[in-house]
Amino acid sequence: MKLIIAAIKPFKLEEVREALTTIGVRGMMVTEIKGFGTQSGHTEIYRGAEYAVNFVPKIKLEIVVADAMADEVVETITKTARTDKIGDGKVFVLDVESAVRVRTGETDDNAI
Amino acid sequence: MQFLKNLVPAAALIALPSLGLAQDAVPGVDAASDTIFIFNSLLFLIGGFLVMWMAAGFAMLEAGLVRSKNVATQLTKNIALFAIAAIMYYAVGYNLMYPLGTWISEGWLSGVIGPAVLEAVGVGRDGLDDYGYAATSTDYIFQLMFCATTASIVSGTVAERMKLWPFLVFVVVLTGFIYPLQASWDWGGGWLDADFGFSDFAGSTIVHSVGGWAALTGAIILGPRLGKFKDGRVVPIMGSNLPLATLGTFILWMGWFGFNGGSQLAMGTVGDVADIGRVFSNTNAAAAGGAVAALILTQILYKKVDLTMVLNGALAGLVSITAEPLTPTLGAATMIGAVGGLIVVFAVPFLDKLKIDDVVGAIPVHLFAGIWGTVAVVLTNSDATLSGQLTGIVAIGAFVAVTSSIVWFVLKATMGIRVTEEEEITGLDTSELGMEAYPEFTKG
Repeated sequence: MKLIIAAIKPFKLEEVREALTTIGVRGMMVTEIKGFGTQSGHTEIYRGAEYAVNFVPKIKLEIVVADAMADEVVETITKTARTDKIGDGKVFVLDVESAVRVRTGETDDNAI
Repeated sequence: MQFLKNLVPAAALIALPSLGLAQDAVPGVDAASDTIFIFNSLLFLIGGFLVMWMAAGFAMLEAGLVRSKNVATQLTKNIALFAIAAIMYYAVGYNLMYPLGTWISEGWLSGVIGPAVLEAVGVGRDGLDDYGYAATSTDYIFQLMFCATTASIVSGTVAERMKLWPFLVFVVVLTGFIYPLQASWDWGGGWLDADFGFSDFAGSTIVHSVGGWAALTGAIILGPRLGKFKDGRVVPIMGSNLPLATLGTFILWMGWFGFNGGSQLAMGTVGDVADIGRVFSNTNAAAAGGAVAALILTQILYKKVDLTMVLNGALAGLVSITAEPLTPTLGAATMIGAVGGLIVVFAVPFLDKLKIDDVVGAIPVHLFAGIWGTVAVVLTNSDATLSGQLTGIVAIGAFVAVTSSIVWFVLKATMGIRVTEEEEITGLDTSELGMEAYPEFTKG
């Protein structure tokens, strides 16, 4: 199993969710986050005074899938969340040791 | 109800002649003078409750422009200052402001000392203070609202760092003495009116600049909020709720129809009613001019529109037209308001440069636009002179700046006017009240 962590632009969430369910992803965890990467922050002006916005709002997706499916999920996220502008986000893939479905006690691939 | 009881027979009297039943009724001349009395009084009542609602506008504007940790304190200051203004204006202010010719020092200090007194219950024509004009009670309640407005202006500037009780003590002095005394010099028939013909229709100077001067001296003596100016840079401190700030601005905009329209002070003739309509229209035009000017100017200067500046711009437009909302054309009123909007957009960063921390922009809106509006009277009203206007601006400005500074310094030396550093960081809601405007956020 793989855990796929993706930080994407908030407005892309619905599109990415739809694309992932289409390829058979059955669950995901979504968190509103702030952070910075290459895009870094930017400046805004409030009542005539400039200030730095150091953290940019993003959406974090956490998805656990069977090994065989991981590449397709990463590809789908990359394809769907891309705008070709700076700040499109990142995708990380991690190994997952085990998984349990709380209701039935099923484990690993059967649990996801 | 008392008012309705009086209105119904009066309306019947007006209708009678057209029905051909007037022969045995009260002579037509009485009906006519009753009508004038009734409509003058009615104007004060309508104006009074509209201006009263401006207190809600200030409360919402300020609640929206302070941080959430200070909102409950800000609201407390707003309702408390309004109530204190009502009591002080009753106790001393009304008679101090309207001596009706009885002076201790001619033109300078009213000779009527003591609380306001209304006409008797169920009073007849003969028992009225002024049958030829309006009921004293209606004039009283209308004028009281202006006094409260002056105090409302101060609270926003000194928000987020001033203690509750010293602020309220300041309000006692401002509404009981400082405001009514300077108002008597012009509106009470004093020296500014008699000797200089100072013309301030609804109070660009007498109400708004007075609040602005009190706010300015308070802001300087109190000092800026922690973290507002760091290493020579200005650090913006964002307001917590722009929907509330916008609602507050709209409420003020609406209340201003009473503020300026009611200041026609008479509604008993065709001419007066037509003039009130002009005042309403010009007031609205100036607000629109101020808002659009700020909208366009922030877009040009900052490449993005700043909503808080647009809100301030609308209010600055309103303050600008307040000294003369009657004589301008709609176009002139729009331009007078627009200049007010421009003043705000430049004055907010200017105050920041001077390290004067005005949380809601009350100094640019009420003081600077108030001065502009008072000068602008000469553009459309030939009865006003530039020297007369400047005399009023300088005299009232100097008087209020000096007296409020004294009060602020005395309060600083005795009670202390500023919360501790820790209390300021934690928020005044916790330190001053022990309750919060949005408790779910921290105490969910």
